[in-house]
Amino acid sequence: MSILIDATTPVIVQGFTGDKATFHARQMIDYGTKVVGGVTPGKGGQSHLGRPVFNTVKDAVKATAAQASIAFVPPPYAADALMEAADAGLRLVCIITDGIPAQDMMRVKRYLRRYPKERRTTVVGPNCAGIISADKAMLGIMPSNIYIRGNVGVVSRSGTLGYEAGAQMKALGIGITTSVGIGGDPINGSSFLDHLMLFEEDPETKAVIIIGEIGGPQESEAAKWVKENMTKPVVGYVAGLTAPKGRRMGHAGAIISAEGDSAAEKSEIMRSYGLLVVPSAAEIGATVAQALGRAG
Amino acid sequence: MDIHEYQAKELLSGFGVSVPPGGVAYSPEQAVYVATELGGWHWAIKAQIHAGGRGKAGGVRLCRTYQEVATAAKSLLGATLVTSQTGPAGKVVHRLYVEKAEPFVRQLYLGLVLDRKIERIRVIASPEGGMEIEEIAQSKPESLRQEQVDPAVGLQAFQARELAFGLGLNIKQVSQAVTAIMGCYRAFRDLDATMVEINPLVVTKDDRVLALDAKMSFDDNAMFRRPKVTEMRDAAEEDSREARASEFGLNYVGLTGNIGCIINGAGLAMATMDMIKHAGGEPANFLDVGGGASPERVAAAFNLVLSDQNVQAILVNIFAGINRCDWVAQGVVQAAKDLRVPLVVRLAGTNVEEGRRIIRDCGLPIIPADSLAEAAQTVVAAARHGARQ
Repeated sequence: MSILIDATTPVIVQGFTGDKATFHARQMIDYGTKVVGGVTPGKGGQSHLGRPVFNTVKDAVKATAAQASIAFVPPPYAADALMEAADAGLRLVCIITDGIPAQDMMRVKRYLRRYPKERRTTVVGPNCAGIISADKAMLGIMPSNIYIRGNVGVVSRSGTLGYEAGAQMKALGIGITTSVGIGGDPINGSSFLDHLMLFEEDPETKAVIIIGEIGGPQESEAAKWVKENMTKPVVGYVAGLTAPKGRRMGHAGAIISAEGDSAAEKSEIMRSYGLLVVPSAAEIGATVAQALGRAG
Repeated sequence: MDIHEYQAKELLSGFGVSVPPGGVAYSPEQAVYVATELGGWHWAIKAQIHAGGRGKAGGVRLCRTYQEVATAAKSLLGATLVTSQTGPAGKVVHRLYVEKAEPFVRQLYLGLVLDRKIERIRVIASPEGGMEIEEIAQSKPESLRQEQVDPAVGLQAFQARELAFGLGLNIKQVSQAVTAIMGCYRAFRDLDATMVEINPLVVTKDDRVLALDAKMSFDDNAMFRRPKVTEMRDAAEEDSREARASEFGLNYVGLTGNIGCIINGAGLAMATMDMIKHAGGEPANFLDVGGGASPERVAAAFNLVLSDQNVQAILVNIFAGINRCDWVAQGVVQAAKDLRVPLVVRLAGTNVEEGRRIIRDCGLPIIPADSLAEAAQTVVAAARHGARQ
């Protein structure tokens, strides 16, 4: 098993015919992802990468029974694309786009709540590397060869730091079920907590690692939930010990602006809730190995 | 992005928020001219810098004569103001705001923020204006009144009214305060702000409610659709290196250490800096070269890092996904031709073998590293060695 996507998930690409989308869609298809079509308004009826192109997400869903999408849509139109996907009934949308206005994401999050929980779309991202379920499917832009199939669930705010974790684990022969990039923005479609819940339910996942950074309440919320609800061992890492207060470190969301926002505070909160905290970024793989030992 | 007080007041008054009359001045003569134009007997001369705490630092002067206005303006312009929010280096004053001084009977606090936890705009008010919000939250937490805004419908008048009555205002003042609160909210929403703070919001003897100070911050991601706000950018308030970095699509934050960092991805950059510290060194900067690390970008990154005279060694750490290591390696080799400090390069990900080969065979004294730990230890040792020479 895996979470969110597997080899049978029918996927469409929003913004299908753009250069970036084309490049990554090809990689996703090569990896085994079931890409069934795409959407570019105005190009409906054409064919791209051997798949049909539709004008609207609803048309695409009707024709292909797609359940998930990956969106490569420029920031001004991204919120619209997400709401369109939600309204068309897609179960999952992964949004790679970096630079979406925060108030747009605020409205998207509110819009998603129009639908009852069982029909509500899960948004992963924005500003993320995407999702990969090892040897099954990829809905993202990551280098797929750094992951091997195994029993660890990965959730990371940062893309390249998630790669670093995948590579350190692979070097120790440790594989993943699914790796999810939730993105570096202040308002994410989904949080550490959302994916921890899914990993807790997934029988193949034996341990989980969450890779956070400075800024925001997400890591602490997730850690509290782990203490109260999670039966599987969880490893935690927070980047940004050297980050000064009040300075934005690249990601729009990576800024220490309130109490509990710093890497040191978050690490301490994780520790206090029983997570296995990675002592330094070079020991991510080793700490996960330790957690797997605990999982037995 | 931040703007000055006078700019925030200009924007807010466009949304119906009452502010005292005032004008901007770049010289003592202008300051006096603005004061004569405003009329009256009392003026506040306020240093315009992108930081709070100006009053306590002597950045706001109350003047009773034109002579006092001229003297205050002379002493403030060009002076460096060190406030609780500027850091020890302080900020140089280039602009003044001359405002008609309004006597008031009460000082209130009004703030709006984009709250990440609830993913909504939160409006905060307190009758304890004049103090910093952190101070109010510490000493008088019971005085804080809050409302959350449902993004589907926006802030409602009843919510503003509840806040205003909660501040203990009379009915005439309440309607003025509601106008101010609703105006701030509309400005927040329509201009893509991340923060609006009116501290203090004052009540005058004749029941008017005025924004005596105003602070606004904006969402950089939304500035493509806010040209009016973007025009208010004051380059003099920004770090010149950071501004240069953004021209090349790089993210740079200067720090105080001696190890220059060039890394792709914000998270990996922070983690690498933490590793440098773990290995006993201090990073000189945060620098994310982002997705497409073209040779031009890599060259710009080297220039930026080397413009910091404290840098005694450089670490390049690239985990290539969309980037290919061989391409990045070519950029590094080009940029490193006349380097004055030791350079450690760690490459991982797509086409790593070819990238490493290029580094190995380039004939330059580049120190290769395979892992994150090795990279950090090597660059810390190299910086120490460099420092001894």
